[in-house]
Formats: sequence, C-alpha cells, structure tokens
Amino acid sequence: MRQVSGVALLLGLMALPAALGQRSSESPKYSNQSFAIVSFKWDHVKEPYIIALWILVASLAKIVFHLSHKVTRVVPESALLIVLGLFLGGIVWAADHIASFSLTPTVFFFYLLPPIVLDAGYFMPNRLFFGNLGSILLYAVIGTVWNAATTGLSLYGVYLTGIMGQLHSGLLDFLLFGSLIAAVDPVAVLAVFEEVHVNEVLFIIVFGESLLNDAVTVVLYNVFDSFVAIGAANVTGIECLKGIVSFFVVSLGGTLVGIFFAFLLSLVSRFTKHVRIIEPGFVFIISYLSYLTAEMLSLSAILAITFCGICCQKYVKANISEQSSTTVRYTMKMMASGAETIIFMFLGISAVDPDIWTWNTAFILLTLVFISVYRVIGVIIQTWILNRYRTVQLEIIDQVVMSYGGLRGAVAFALVALLDKDKVKDRNLFVSTTIIVVFFTVIFQGLTIKPLVQWLKVKKTEHREPKLNEKLHGRAFDHILSAIEDISGQIGHHYLRDKWSNFDRKFLRKILMRRSAQKSRDQILNVFHELNLKDAISYVAEGERRGSLAFIRSPSTDNTVNVDFSTPLPGTVESSVSYLLREKAGPVCLDMQALEQRRKSIRDTEDTLAHHTLQQYLYKPRQERNSSVIPNGNIPSENPVQDFTLKEKDLEFSESEENNDYETLHLGKGVNFLANVTKQNFTDTPAGDMDHDVEMTEYSSSDDQLNQNGNVSVNPLHFFPSCLQMPWTQNYSSLENRGNISLSAVSEYIASCDPNVPDLFWESGTDMNNKETVNSGYCSEVSFKSENSQEENTLLMFEGLEDSYIKEPQEKKMLLDIEGNYRSAAARRVQSRRSFHRPKPLHHPKLQKLASLPASCHVPPHSLEQEETQL
Amino acid sequence: MMFCGTEDPFGQLGTAVLAVLPLSFLCTGRAWGAEKPLARHANLSLSFFSSSVSHSQITRLYSRFTSLDKGENGTLSREDFQRIPELAINPLGDRIINAFFPEGEDQVNFRGFMRTLAHFRPIEDNEKSKDQNGPEPLNSRSNKLHFAFRLYDLDKDDKISRDELLQVLRMMVGVNISDEQLGSIADRTIQEADQDGDSAISFAEFVKVLEKVDVEQKMSIRFLH
Repeated sequence: MRQVSGVALLLGLMALPAALGQRSSESPKYSNQSFAIVSFKWDHVKEPYIIALWILVASLAKIVFHLSHKVTRVVPESALLIVLGLFLGGIVWAADHIASFSLTPTVFFFYLLPPIVLDAGYFMPNRLFFGNLGSILLYAVIGTVWNAATTGLSLYGVYLTGIMGQLHSGLLDFLLFGSLIAAVDPVAVLAVFEEVHVNEVLFIIVFGESLLNDAVTVVLYNVFDSFVAIGAANVTGIECLKGIVSFFVVSLGGTLVGIFFAFLLSLVSRFTKHVRIIEPGFVFIISYLSYLTAEMLSLSAILAITFCGICCQKYVKANISEQSSTTVRYTMKMMASGAETIIFMFLGISAVDPDIWTWNTAFILLTLVFISVYRVIGVIIQTWILNRYRTVQLEIIDQVVMSYGGLRGAVAFALVALLDKDKVKDRNLFVSTTIIVVFFTVIFQGLTIKPLVQWLKVKKTEHREPKLNEKLHGRAFDHILSAIEDISGQIGHHYLRDKWSNFDRKFLRKILMRRSAQKSRDQILNVFHELNLKDAISYVAEGERRGSLAFIRSPSTDNTVNVDFSTPLPGTVESSVSYLLREKAGPVCLDMQALEQRRKSIRDTEDTLAHHTLQQYLYKPRQERNSSVIPNGNIPSENPVQDFTLKEKDLEFSESEENNDYETLHLGKGVNFLANVTKQNFTDTPAGDMDHDVEMTEYSSSDDQLNQNGNVSVNPLHFFPSCLQMPWTQNYSSLENRGNISLSAVSEYIASCDPNVPDLFWESGTDMNNKETVNSGYCSEVSFKSENSQEENTLLMFEGLEDSYIKEPQEKKMLLDIEGNYRSAAARRVQSRRSFHRPKPLHHPKLQKLASLPASCHVPPHSLEQEETQL
Repeated sequence: MMFCGTEDPFGQLGTAVLAVLPLSFLCTGRAWGAEKPLARHANLSLSFFSSSVSHSQITRLYSRFTSLDKGENGTLSREDFQRIPELAINPLGDRIINAFFPEGEDQVNFRGFMRTLAHFRPIEDNEKSKDQNGPEPLNSRSNKLHFAFRLYDLDKDDKISRDELLQVLRMMVGVNISDEQLGSIADRTIQEADQDGDSAISFAEFVKVLEKVDVEQKMSIRFLH
C-alpha cells in the first residue's frame, strides 16, 4: 500500500499561476541570445515557489480565522479549513476549468502525516497511555475490525436488495471500502478534540485508538486490496490465515521498528554535547527514518513513529539541553500544526473535481448511517466488556462522546485515492463517498461535539498548578499500591510499572542517559525546580511592576511575592537560579512567555541584583563550597568519571579560575588587609549587597585556610585584585569562543607559574557545580568591583611590590613562550600585574561593552556547566 | 493486564447481598482443603469488605494469605510479608507492612489482612449514593488518605513533622540527592501544605492539599477474582 504513485502534489499545483507561467515563456532569456541583466526564470523556481505559496495561504487563513474569536470558538478550525479549501478550489476551477490539485497519497503519507503522528507520540502522556493501553488496544483492534466488517457486510446486504442500483462491485469491494472507512482518523480526532478539552482518560482512549488502529487498517486494506486483485474465486482459507498472521507481523513489527529507532535516538542524543546546535535535528531525522523504515518493510509506519516518539521522549528530554528541548517542542508543534492545516485545506480543494464525483444517494447515505450506528454499537459492547476490568469506569456519557468522536479523515481519503481504478470498478463512488463521510464527520460532528460535551457535562480537564505535595504523595500512593498488589499476589498495572521502572533505573537509564541527567532526573525534583522558577519569575515581575528592583535591597519591606524570606539559608549563595533554569530541560512545560520573561530577567544588571537575592532566598540545595575549604593542592576525588575532554576543562578554567585564585591563593599577608578594605567598601557602597556577602564569605574562608595551613608559600603572581583579572578573563573567554587561542599553551604556562594551579583548576572544574556564573551576574560583578579597584590597587602596591619585582623577569620569559599575537589569560595577568606599578584607569569602556553583551555570547561555558551540574 | 481473571457477573452488579454470601463461602470453603479457617474468617470479613466483593475474590485472597503464611498458624508475621521479593525493594515496603499490624501486635489474621486491603477497593457507583448516616466504609476517600497519612506519621501525633517527611523523601527519592536539597524540598512541601503555621502537616491539611487529586482512583486497585 501507499506506493509512490500518482501525480505529485507539486505537479498538481503547476496550473495555479497560469498567468505567471505564460509570462515566463515570453521571458527575454529565450528570445535574446545576449546577456540579460535580469532574467525571469519562473520555471526554475516554480515547484518550490508554489508549495511555499500554498503553505503561506493556509497559514494566512489561520490568522484570518483567529481574528474573530466568535467564529473559532464555535466552528472547529478543521471545518473552516475544509470550507476554505472548497472555496479556493472553486476559484481555481472557475478560472481554469482544471482541477488537478488534490491531496495525493504520496505527499500525505510521506510528508504531511509523519509530523503529526510524531508530535502525538513525542508528547504522549506515557503514564496515561500505558495505563489505558488495554482499553485502547481493544477499541483499536476489535473495534476497527468490527466497524470494517459490519459496514462492509451491511452495505453489501443492502446492495443485494437493489436499492443502490447496479454497481460493478462484489463482496470484496464492499469489504475493502468498509476497511478503509472504518478507521478513526488521528488527524481529525486531534484537530477536534484539542479544542474540546474533555477529560484526559476519555481523550487518551479516543486518540490512542485512532493512532493504534493504523496497523489494523493497513492490514485489512492490503488484504482486501489483494483479494480484489486476485479475484473472489481464488481466495482460500490459507489466504485468510495469511492475513491474520500479517496483522501480527505488521503491528508488532512496526512497534519494534519504532522502539529500535527510539533506542538509537536516545543513544545518539546522549553524545550530542558538542553539537548542541544540531541536536534537535536528530529527533526529527531519526524518527522520520523509523517511519520510512517501517514503510519500506511494509509494516505499520504510524505505529513505528508513534512508538519511537513515546519511547524516546523521556531519555531525549533528559539528554538534550533546555534550548534544544524548547526548539524541538516548538518545531514539532509548528510542523504538526502546519501539516494539519494543509491536510484539511487540501481535503477541501481535492473535493472540487467533477471527475471524481459519482453520486449514489442510497450508498452515501447508508454509509453515513452504518458507520455511525455500528460505531455506537461497537463502543457500547466493548465498553461493557472493559468496564468489568477497569478501575476507572467508562460512564454512559463517556461512551456517547467516544461514539461521537469517531471522526474519519485524511487517512481514509488517501487510502481511497490509492485504489486502482482498473481493479476496483467503483473507485469513483468510493472516493466521493469517502469525501462526504470525511466532510460530514469533521464539519458536522466537529461542530456539534462541543455543545454536546457541554450539554452532557462531560468531565473536563482542568489545568492547575503543580504542587509538591501532590507529586510527593502521588509517588507514595504508587508505592503503596504496588506493595498492595505484591501482597495480594496479583499482577496489575502498578506491579508492572514498578517492574518497568526498576528495569529502567538499572539498565536503560545507564545506557541512554547522560550521567548528569541520570542523577537529576526525578519528578519530585523537577516540580521543585519549577516551583522555584515560578517564584523567581513572579518575584522579578513584581519588581518590574514596581518600576525598579530597588525594593529588593531592603528585603524585609512589604513583599507580597511568594518568596519565603524567613529562612535566609546562609550557605546557599553559590548555587544559582540560572542553574535551575538550565537544568530543567525536562518535562516541565514553561511556555514562551515564561521563557521570554526569563531572558529579560537575566538581561540587565539591576536584575542581577534580584538574581543574587533570589539565590539567597529561594529554596535550593545548600551545597558545600569545595574549593574554598580544601587546602591547596588537594584534588577533590569526586567526578573522576566525568567524560570531559581536555578542551572542555580548559574552557572552564577561563570561567572560574580567578575565583579560585582569589579564594585560595590570597593567603599572604595582604589578605587580611584586603578583606578589611573590601569590607569598608561594602559599607560605603549602597549597591550590590549580595556581592559583598559572597566576597565576605570567600575572604573569611581563605583566612581560615591561612590559619589551618600555617605556613603557606605566597606567590605574588596572584597578588592583584580580582577586579583586574575579571575583565580580561572575560575577554579571554569570548576570544576563546572564536577559537583563537591555543588552550594547552595557556594551561601549560599557568602550570609552570605555579605548581598548585592545575590542581586548583581541577577544583574549579568541579567547583563549577556550585559556582554561579550567569553572564550578566558575572558582568555586574565585574563592573561593581571596578569601583573599588583604585583603592585596592594602591593597597596592593604596598603589599606586593617587592615580591612582584623579583618575579618579573621570569614572567617575561614566559610571555615569550606563548605563541601568536593573541593573548592568553595568563599573559593578561602579567600585564595586569604591571599595571600595579603604573596605576592607570581601568578599562571602563571594555567593561561596559562586556556588560552589554547578549547572554548568548558565552554559550559554551554555559552548556558545559549544565553538563557538570549535579544534584 | 486488564483481561486476566474471570468475573462473577453477580458480584459485579452488586446484587449479591450480605445475606447470600456467607452461605456460598461456607460451600466454597468446604470444597477447599483448608476450610476451617476460611469459614471462620469469611463471616467476619464480610462486614467491612462490602457487599460488592465476590466470593471468588475472597477465596483468591485467602489462598494468597495461606500461601504467605509459612508458619501455617492462620496468621501472618512481619517475616511472612518480608519474604515477598518485590516488597523488599519497595521503598515504602516496611511501612506498608507495618500498616497491616494493629498497634502493638506482630501477628495479623485473615480478617485483619482483609481489613487493610479493603482500603484499596474502588468505590462502586452504588456506594456513592449510600446514605451518609452509616459507618464510613473503609474504602472511602478519607480512609484511603488516612492510610497514606499514617505511613508518614511514625510517632502517631497526627502530624507529619519535617523529620518524618524527610525520612519518607529519602526513601523515595533515593541517594543521588544531597541532604540539604532533600531538606529544602521537605521545607517547601510543608510550607505549601501548612496552614496553621506549626511547620507540620496535620491530617486536615493533608486532606486539604490533596483535595484536587483523584484519590479515589489513585488509591484503588481492582482485586482479581
């Protein structure tokens, strides 16, 4: 089935801009041999041009529909699009009397259907889906077979009475028609039910059925198609048996193909750390490959891509970065929605073709009646059976909606369009009947299902805020229930889920998830992060509402925002909100608006103050600050397994080395003095309280270290204020982003300067977990420190003058070792030391420039940091 | 998963009334090898395990009970429960086992066994419309919640303190998360539920914070027959 056949959509579209086509033939290119400055090459661009135009028309139509809320609230979009398609098709037909546009099976199955189904699978609520899998399968398999058989047989029975007049069809043709008209269509169901918002159980049953019945449809269609081809006389029992076997092969095979590609995709996404930019592409390409592979093996392609999406979602979402996750989410939604739009519009356009219409009132009306009636009967019988085994009963009301929600759609149309006119004599009748059925179900039932749902008071979904309690106790409920099932000795949902999650934790996650993701993936934690994020956003929003974030500096004054100020949590300074922002690349669905808000909140320096406050006051892990308490030279033993390459480590140095230097190497006599100075400065400066706190803790810790170690060798190289290092290192890291710097040279140089440094770098690498390194926060720190730099400069001059003089020649020699005309961080360091002796104004322009840099300019360290963050 | 077992249609319809069932149990019990204890317990258990439970369910659970009962003395000890392999890896396993044992006892008979299991029976349609005057059935929403609440509340002071919550969290969330982080999650959880400001979750607060959750559904399993 679904062979590549028929005229492609592109060819069909050719007729539309007839006027343009005419002009193209007159273009000077052909009439004139001389070089034309401007040539009109319509033929060159025709096909993609027309496709793009159609997509544009469909998308513009969507905008127009939504201009009026009244219309879209009453009429489903799919119905509007069909009507628009009819209208456009009518115009083209009236203009040209050519009706060669239609939704060809090739385009539909290869390009339009996969994005919709992938979207459905990738965002499938797995727990709900598998919890109702039994019911879904029953409806999908038995229900579809029931619908196909009863519809086909009843139509044949009526045909025998002679009401329909003379047709050229036998029983097999009717059964073939029954099998293609029987299947509930996923596209139509999605389009209509997304606007209705019935409760999730009901939705998953109807929608799951429409997805999973594909295998049945494929098999029935293929079986009857081949039966029709070989003729009714040649159909033997063996052929029927083959048909049944092929059902299992097609469905299980399709599922296995999907699972295999899901495994592959999860595995690939585990290693995309260095190619973040094409990360989202893998999701689409590999899923699409699963679809094509299943198609190639003549298995159920829809099942394949559905299960690919269902199975990979957990691991992929955990592995890819948050930006990629957002990209995938929106790209997928966009493609699915676009494909849906085009499908419905072209369903309308396809109908405007006098050639395909063969009217037979009795056949068409009876088909409508039969599919509705048998759907109702089938649902009632199956629900009666199911309700005896279901914990959540399906009420009468649910059954009404399920019966009524049995919409037919483009799949049926594409299948009927695939029929061979030579084999199936009444193809045109089948096509026109299918079109009528599709239009009737999508337009009439789509229009009336909303009032029906309201009238029946069907339980609807309510969107509500996630609560930590609900998540936590929900987890407890799960454990309780699986324990009860164990005790009562039965194998139920909870038992199976428990087994599966154990298997998942023990094996699958270890293979398919990054180490960092393995640790941080926990639903409770995710909810916790999300709640904190919301607090942060509402906090900043509150600040912006008041016009400034100044109120943050006096935290005790009337704060109405939902932030808990009662527990200052002194140890939490270094972990960051930004870490939360980036880490939760998971199922948490923050919408675009929230993302925007977030970006805004990181942008300007005033907000960074808020940011620091948030850091302090939000709930978050109180992590230990490894580097500041570990004596020099001790390599922390943690994280030996992190799979970083050397290059990444070096990259991180640029981000955090100065912090470590500052903390751990200011151990000489200058430290106390410096600390005092900064203290003074802090009391003088009204801004940036939070920075002060950070500084203070660092100073004190290094003091402690001094006491501990007693005799610490003082390296004057590090005797300069961090304010001088910061800007350069910043610059350095941005340079590095452009790939200009030989990293190993830098680290070698630094290593030769101070034997302790590499160890410290190592620490800094691990310490990144705790360190706050949001760009803007960073920049603000820089600019803030520059205010005090003058004083510190002079002070340091007194303290470190002699030592530094002694050290100077050696450093000069080192400088020569570094190749190239760029400057490493270490080289800049030397420069900065020199500037002690000739105090000159700091590079304020540079700082300002840095501060104004967009957040994206330091992407690599960020993504790295995410890699390293651990809980 | 949904299709295993056979169904007694009368039991499902809820037509088997209190009076009819004990008789049939006695008959079924006699057909079984171990009729004596079953006969003894079956009469008792019916009073709380309500009318809509088919006798096939009870016989199935009874055979499970006897298969767990290695001592063959008609009661289960904690060790009997702990022998269930899945329960051993359930993070809340020990607490759930404890919930089966009445205060201060370390044996549970079939009646007690069924009494605990009765909490997890789904609520039938015909029970919803029941008059509110009678004693609350064990599988009511409130009793289901109370069962969960007791798992947290170790010291039986009708409050989940921070420490108690933290213990459960540690069991459920696992070892990958630092104490501090668990602590802050516990703090936040309590803050979210706490209404009277005592930094603990009382049962009323517990019910309140879960009011939107479909507890009837999430704390029910369908016992096989």
